[in-house]
Amino acid sequence: MAIELYRIDDRLIHGQVIVGWGQPMGLGFLVLVDDEVARSEWEQELYRMGVPPELDVFFASVAEATVALDKWNDDKRPGILLTSDIDTMVRLVAAKKSIRAVNLGGIHYRAGRVERLRYLYLTGDEVHALLDLERRGVDVTARDVPASRPVPLSALLEGKGEAGAA
Amino acid sequence: MSDSVSIVLAHGQLAAGLVSAVEQITGMGSRFLAMSNTGMSDAELEQQLRALVEKTGAKVVFTDLPAGSCNIAAFRLLRDKDVIVVSGVNLPTLLHFVTHPQLTPEEAATEAVERGAPTLRVTLGTPRGN
Repeated sequence: MAIELYRIDDRLIHGQVIVGWGQPMGLGFLVLVDDEVARSEWEQELYRMGVPPELDVFFASVAEATVALDKWNDDKRPGILLTSDIDTMVRLVAAKKSIRAVNLGGIHYRAGRVERLRYLYLTGDEVHALLDLERRGVDVTARDVPASRPVPLSALLEGKGEAGAA
Repeated sequence: MSDSVSIVLAHGQLAAGLVSAVEQITGMGSRFLAMSNTGMSDAELEQQLRALVEKTGAKVVFTDLPAGSCNIAAFRLLRDKDVIVVSGVNLPTLLHFVTHPQLTPEEAATEAVERGAPTLRVTLGTPRGN
């Protein structure tokens, strides 16, 4: 089944991922790509504590994920790969051209970010990074949960993304 | 149980709903503070929860979904705060907790979970004609 969703979500593992996406797709494993978390046993333990025991969670830096991605994609179970920010996903995509689609699942407000969707706030630099991903042939779509309508990058940048859930 | 209030942290309006139900049933809803994660990043959620624990001296944080952002935010406090985190909260758990003020927070939380968890059950009806 391999990794079926490459998702940028600053909450990383949380309810929308475990239940919202995980239940309908019969999620078997999660890959959390984050250089900081990959160095911290405490952070890893924190994320493992609440995850259902039947779900495998792998932690990796971008460099480690680049090496291990093909192995995860050979896994018979469906998986989700998570990064907490756009930059991490951009670095991973640059190293692994096999990633053809990226899901924007949740990037929250902070100073300098503008609201694009109720769950998506972006700085100008982040918009440029996403447009650059698309120029490289990666399909960039915002969708917080499977029940929501997917919003293509072009539509959300034109302010046409907030028509509500499907 | 100490005099401090406890925190109920959950998705959407669930915490407020649970606390209002505790109030309706026992008149003791003020023993809980309801908090929602709606619209908050992980960092904001942890920051606000941390501030609330420090302001109120809360010893117990009830959270809803295991591995949900509320649950993980509360777990983050375990590193440096003397708090107890309960996952998978339901109304019977809160009711048992709040009606046993003679227990320590740890005893009250443990006993409340022991009583609250088995209240989730399936009851099948008898089909007509059988």
